[in-house]
This record gives sequence, structure tokens and C-alpha cells, in this order.
Amino acid sequence: MAQVQTNEPARIFNMYKKMLLIRAFEEAAAENFHAGNVRGSVHQYIGEEAIAVGICENLRNDDLLTSYHRGHGHSIAKGADPRAMMLELFGRVGGTSGGKGGSMHIADFSVGMLGANGVIADGCTISVGAAQAIKLLKQDKIIVNFIGDGGINRGPFMEALNWAKVYELPVLFVCENNQIAATTTTKTVTAGDGIEARAKSYGIPAITIDGNDLLLVDSTAARVVDEIRAGSGPQLIQAMTYRLKGHYAHDEALYRNPSEVESALKNEPMPRTETWLKDQGVSIEEIDKAKDQAKELIANYVSDAHEAPWPDVSDAFTDVQDVGSPAEGAN
Amino acid sequence: MTKMTYAEAARLALKEEMERDSTVWALGEDLGFEGGMGGQYKDLQAEFGADRIVDTPISEATIMGAAIGAALAGTRPIAELRFSDFAMCAVDELVNQAAKARYMFGGQARVPMIARMPIGIRGGIAAQHSQSPEAWYTHVPGLVVVTPATPADNRGLLKAAIRCDDPVVYMEHKGLWGAEGEVEENDSDPIPLGIARKVLTGSDLTIVTWSAMVNVVKKAALSLADEGISVEVIDLRTLWPWDKDSVFNSVKKTGRLMIVHEAVKVGGFGGEISSEVSEHLFNILKAPVKRMGGARIPIPFSIPLEAEYMISEEQIINKSKSFFS
Repeated sequence: MAQVQTNEPARIFNMYKKMLLIRAFEEAAAENFHAGNVRGSVHQYIGEEAIAVGICENLRNDDLLTSYHRGHGHSIAKGADPRAMMLELFGRVGGTSGGKGGSMHIADFSVGMLGANGVIADGCTISVGAAQAIKLLKQDKIIVNFIGDGGINRGPFMEALNWAKVYELPVLFVCENNQIAATTTTKTVTAGDGIEARAKSYGIPAITIDGNDLLLVDSTAARVVDEIRAGSGPQLIQAMTYRLKGHYAHDEALYRNPSEVESALKNEPMPRTETWLKDQGVSIEEIDKAKDQAKELIANYVSDAHEAPWPDVSDAFTDVQDVGSPAEGAN
Repeated sequence: MTKMTYAEAARLALKEEMERDSTVWALGEDLGFEGGMGGQYKDLQAEFGADRIVDTPISEATIMGAAIGAALAGTRPIAELRFSDFAMCAVDELVNQAAKARYMFGGQARVPMIARMPIGIRGGIAAQHSQSPEAWYTHVPGLVVVTPATPADNRGLLKAAIRCDDPVVYMEHKGLWGAEGEVEENDSDPIPLGIARKVLTGSDLTIVTWSAMVNVVKKAALSLADEGISVEVIDLRTLWPWDKDSVFNSVKKTGRLMIVHEAVKVGGFGGEISSEVSEHLFNILKAPVKRMGGARIPIPFSIPLEAEYMISEEQIINKSKSFFS
């Protein structure tokens, strides 16, 4: 990560492989949700992969990241171990949270991934505080806060924008605008001129880009991350995209217009990146091989997850708190 | 020993901890010029700079949320919410994020922060500035809940809270800011969390209390002693974890227990103490446990109405006597 940004085909192909890994992970997660192996809910990132990969490719390992409920892609892109993530979805020992968090609470602090989040926009306030700590500790890290378009109508988002600008914090807000908040078309419940305008109204530089264009996300992130690290203060990128699946795995998304989905499928990031790679001379065989490898890797992780042990029930009582920790079997 | 106020003692504790550890800092409204509502941050911004005593916008959710993020990222922030009533704007951050990050991330995270939110009646600030919701937070796994009653405790417990690696809900009492007490200036050790303080030793009745009611109960107990009733008064100091051993040992000696708190009696923490004692010491109890707490009404403004909510020394004396009649 954090190499100099170039459009070198080998570099872009490498990013494409990460997108494939996310895609394969999400497909396997949903498949195992429907098979009853993964409980709770699974919010797939399918169709939005170019954003996480394009942004995170421009971060350092020690840069920080906060995510939201649709967080698998961000975690993988930031460098979290997808095997540990799959074990977490299965609730097993070896999962990123030892089976205590599940899909919505994936975190990997070793790569600066401070957690997905089950509460919309709560990552915004956490991020500005982490940025304040970065300044206080005189570090040159930055933090990226991913948020969906639905989150921009929550107070914490607007409070955090104001806060980030007041203290000129090293925060990059990335709003992934997939245009639908759960089952509601976001623009039907959002006043004003949108996300970019909201950020600008606080004096925060903001830009809207095609989030399905990997190269554009990458080059934009390279510039903005550099600027923030150099002390520009907070910035916002609105990355336009489309959620190809339902809000969660058991949502068939029947509230959508089929023609809208049809055009979105033509615009999705995987074939677009593939076409670019082919134009640059990457062979179909190499691309197909990369696809197979991603699927095989994830299939192996699913097998591992099936075989991994369940946590010991005593784990339910650990990591609650030091002082006043609950006694095991309190009843 | 030096005489100082409850607010001065807290200020001293924070100053000492900020000198000791450069990662300790505070954020909240009006900490600089005003120095906090009780003067508990007075002049600290001049001493430590505006980056460590941070004046914030009126954004409670972000005061709390930022403290969480800053704790996750390696510092020890104190989120000042001014009134526990206002902290309710940030209960989501405290309950859904601070209290759970360590657990739901499988122990990867620590959230060493303080959610500082004064409780209680100061006189005439009515329904939205006077509440005592300490029991709410005892119900939330992951949180420590502290309610200091004296200047010495406000110094020692605040230091312990700052050094605690888990989130602490630190609830000073607004009515106590100016209360004076003896503080040992040279003893800068923290007071361990979860350990009660025996205010008075007695043999006939145990009264468990905390925060501002400690002083009222103490006066009542001294009057009762004159009438031949020997009351043991325990200041719980920390509500979660509460010092069950001290309370149980006292009840084993006296056989009688009353709990007194300013918070609304219904659903108050007195109910938890009463239940635990009744479940475990039923055979020892000479009488049913009694509880005193506020009426289940919003705290009223007018002098006689507010007084009606408050628990008086006289009421405590009468209720105590009823154990023996």
C-alpha cells in the first residue's frame, strides 16, 4: 500500500485482484447466509468495490479507517485478513473478533481498521476524535471515514463535518452514494443540493466522482490523501455508485426499477476495470485465472470456517471490562 | 491536610494527571474561559493549551464520539458533558460504541475515556438540569459508574477513572461543587474504583448511600446516635462495580439495611442493592430492606415543590426509627 500512484497496468491489475477478492467474499457470505451458516445479517458491498480499493490503495498501513454496516470491502481493502473475517461471519474461534462481533463488527486494529459499525454515521464522530488524537500525538497519519448516502441525514455526520473543519483535522470523509438508504431512494428524503454541497457549506473541500471508475477513484484518492497528510484539513469525496444487491442478503430489492438495475449492471466496476486491463494488454487468460484464484481462496476460507471450533462459552464473559467484570455464569 | 472544595479537588486531580501523562486531555463546552461549570477546569487551558483543554461546539454526540475515537487511537480523553441531562444527547455513543467496542472487536480495542456528567439538584434548575440517572449506566455492560461525595474522593476517584482502561461514567454532584473538605495534598494516589467508604461505624442499622446524600445521611445518623440508634453509614462511591463485600459485611453485623439516593426511587440503584441483600442475606435480616429515593416526578422548579422531591434529614431519621418501632 501507499506506493506512488501510477496507472501502471501491473499495479491496477493488483487492485483489480483485491476487488475480485471482495466480490468473491461477498458472494460466499451471501451464499452461506442463505445456507444458514452465517447468522444475523450480511450487507453485501457488491458493485461498490472500486471505491474501497481505490481509496485504501493510497493509504499507509498505520493510517486509520472507520466503516459502517457494509464494511467487508473496506476491511479487505485496508488489509484485514479475509480468512479471519470469514471465520468471524461463521462465529468461530479465529474470527477477527473471536466470534463476538459478526459481520457488522469486523475490525482489525493491526491494520488501522477501527471497526465497521452497526449504527449509521457513528463512525463520523469516532473518526474526528481519532484525528484529534493523531494531532495530539503529533503523528502524520490520517483517518478515512466511509459513510453511505443514508448517513448524511443523521446529526452526527453534520456535527462531525463542522468539528473536523473547526479543528482542521486530518480526516477524509468518503461518502459512497449508492443512492438507496435501505429501501428508500435517498434523494426523496434529502433536502438541499446533496452531499458535496453540505460539505462545502462547512468550508470543506469536496468533490463528486464516478465511484465505479477505479482509476479515477485511485488518482483522486492519491491527491486528496497527500493533501490531507500535508495539512489541508478535512476533505470529502462523494463516490457515485450503485448497490447491485439488496440492503442485506435477504432483501430481494423489489423496490427498484428493473431498467435502473439493467443500466447499473453495464456500469459496474468489475467489467469496466477488466476492459481497461484488456486494452492495456492483460490477457483474458490472466484475468480468468485471477477470478478463479479469488473464488478458490474464498472457498478455502469457507471450508476453514466450517471446520473452525466454536468459541468456549467462557469467552462470553471476557473483554467486557477490567473493573467490575461479570462473573461467569452469573445466574 | 488542606481544605479545598469538591471542584478544586477535581481540578487538582486533572492537573496532576495531565502533568503525569501527556495523552490525558479534556474536551467539552466552555472549559477555557469559564473553566467548567464548577470551575473544575479553571485556568487549565492557560497551563496546558487549547489542544489539551479543548473548547468544543455544542455537539454532545461528537463530544462523546470524538472521545471514543481518541481513546481508540491511543489517548485518554475526558468528555465533559456539563449536565448528565445533556449527556442524554450522546447516550448512543456511550452505550452503543464506548461500552461495546472492546467486546465486539474481540479485545482488540480499549476505550480509556471518561464520560463526565454531573448529576443532581443544585437548586432551581428544574426538570432538564437536575436529574440523577446513574442507575441507567449500571445496567450497561462495559461501563464503570462513579459518584464521588467528598473533595478527597473527587480527587482520588477522578485519578483512578483517568487511569482506568475502560470507559468510566463519572458523575459529580452539581450541588457539591463548593463543598469543602480535607484533602491530603501530598498523597496523590488514586482511590481504587469499586471500594466503598465507611462514613460512620454503627451496629443497629446500615445505611448505604452515595453522592450528595452522603452528607444528609451522615447528619441524620449523628442525630440518631444521640437517640441511641447506632447507624453504620456506607458511601458506595462506585455504583458499578459496587462494593458488595462491604455492604454484606455491614448488614451481617446490623441485620438491617436502608438505601438512600437522590435519584427517583423507582428503578433506582437502591433496588439492585436491596435485591442482592434480600437474596443472599434473607436469614440474617431482622426486617425487610427499606429504600428512600426521589418521587417519580420531573424535578420541579418552585422552592416548596423542589423541596418536596428532596429527601430530608428528618425523613431519613423517621424512616430509620421505623425499623425499631
